[in-house]
Amino acid sequence: MIDRRSLIKHSGAAIAALGAGMAAPSLRAFAAAVALPFENGERPLVKYPQKRPMIGLTSRPPQLETPFSAFNGNVITPNDAFFVRYHLADIPLSIDPDTFSVEVKGKVNKPIKLSLANIKRMPAVDIVAVNQCSGNSRGFFNPRVAGGQSGNGAMGNARWRGVPLKAVLDAAGVQGGARQVTFNGMDGPVADKTPDFVKALDIDHARDGEVMLAYAMNGTDLPLLNGFPLRLVVPGYYGTYWVKHLNEITVIDDVFDGFWMKTAYRIPDNACNCVEPGTAPKTTIPINRLKVRSFITNVADGAKLKAGAQTTLKGIAFDGGKGIKDVAVSTDQGKTWAQAKLGADLGKYSFREWQMPVRLAAGAHELKVRATSNGGEVQPMEPLWNPAGYLRNVVETVRVTAA
Amino acid sequence: MKRSTLVALTGFAGLMVGVCSSGLVEVSAKPISYKLPNETAAFKPGPNLETVQNNCTACHSADYVQTQPRGAKFKEDFWRAEVTKMIKVYGAPIDEADVGKIVDYLAQTY
Repeated sequence: MIDRRSLIKHSGAAIAALGAGMAAPSLRAFAAAVALPFENGERPLVKYPQKRPMIGLTSRPPQLETPFSAFNGNVITPNDAFFVRYHLADIPLSIDPDTFSVEVKGKVNKPIKLSLANIKRMPAVDIVAVNQCSGNSRGFFNPRVAGGQSGNGAMGNARWRGVPLKAVLDAAGVQGGARQVTFNGMDGPVADKTPDFVKALDIDHARDGEVMLAYAMNGTDLPLLNGFPLRLVVPGYYGTYWVKHLNEITVIDDVFDGFWMKTAYRIPDNACNCVEPGTAPKTTIPINRLKVRSFITNVADGAKLKAGAQTTLKGIAFDGGKGIKDVAVSTDQGKTWAQAKLGADLGKYSFREWQMPVRLAAGAHELKVRATSNGGEVQPMEPLWNPAGYLRNVVETVRVTAA
Repeated sequence: MKRSTLVALTGFAGLMVGVCSSGLVEVSAKPISYKLPNETAAFKPGPNLETVQNNCTACHSADYVQTQPRGAKFKEDFWRAEVTKMIKVYGAPIDEADVGKIVDYLAQTY
């Protein structure tokens, strides 16, 4: 399998084992590797329970990236291909959904503890939404920055099923003066002084009826590494808010000052949420809505296409919740653009498929794709920079040769 | 609980329900006991390797270091900032005396 923009090579050890006449190892036993297209981008392909071979960024705590080929032809990302990102290594590995419960407390009239069965008996809602890591594509930043060095695969689109957070908050009765709601999951730190991973949303956002406690993903239980048995789904927002193994919801009458809100996951407080590369922003705000983005998914960088023949370029586009207005494709390095045909609308938080027939003359070509949201947000032609390596959404370029 | 055991027990429970006809039972999500693959990443040989292993591996695997950017701009200052972040921000219990040793190892080895 040749993955988009990556080379897969079997390790010397696996090849040596074959050469020595040992029984051919199963696919799982192959120590396969991937080279993401940036410096020091070599990664192992790793096999975890409930997951297909994934690009292994780190093993403890686990961070697994989706091989980009999984987005080709899949507007819904399969559960076994969905990316994984933990911050802290004490992750819950044994979970009994019959004893699991989530607590709703703080500035509420009646603190409650809901079992999973309680939650599943409440009226369910479905929403298709993209979960994208704040640092998706960080490895492409120039200058490079510290942090998880992801390619483009720390994102996915799923049909989430659960109950609106609003319904749960209403059941507990939010008190007047409430300002934010905090979310904590069963995963936690190893060292006792490491700040626990707790996130917060403003009270109005928490009660918008769309933020959800999800117990199913694409029609089945959440995979453990995606937050089994219950996770927060915050449509249109970066994945940092989508707390996994959610078991503690606290209403507060202040602005939460925990590390993961006050210090981490901050972006420059200006119109572009960017600064001059290599400089620091004067003021910052918590990261929030997804920036508009698009990708070609069926033609990989370096691909060879047939000159003069029609090729249909296909891909995906998404934004932070306005929905995709249009997708434009350029085959001449961005000089001219043509409008792609959009696919089925699965909702304003979903990947939107697009396709575009092109005919290329013999020679080298740069294919570019640029999405515009219904809010008028357009992808920038040049990458924007911020010190933490978040929000990447530059117009992507795929280099191909036609012959 | 091993997967095979889980399947066997589920099958057994299904049989019991079938035999006893004890009525409808709400099907809930099955308990999960998850086994992470063995950790294979290791710190590369270098000066003060033992100090690094003693201070860093309690909280994270070696690939957190291995995958960071490389090059002239990512040497002592970069690694000193990372080690300082681990102590000040993440509360890593690292002795002041070990900080220089860890920074030296990282700058020389990665």
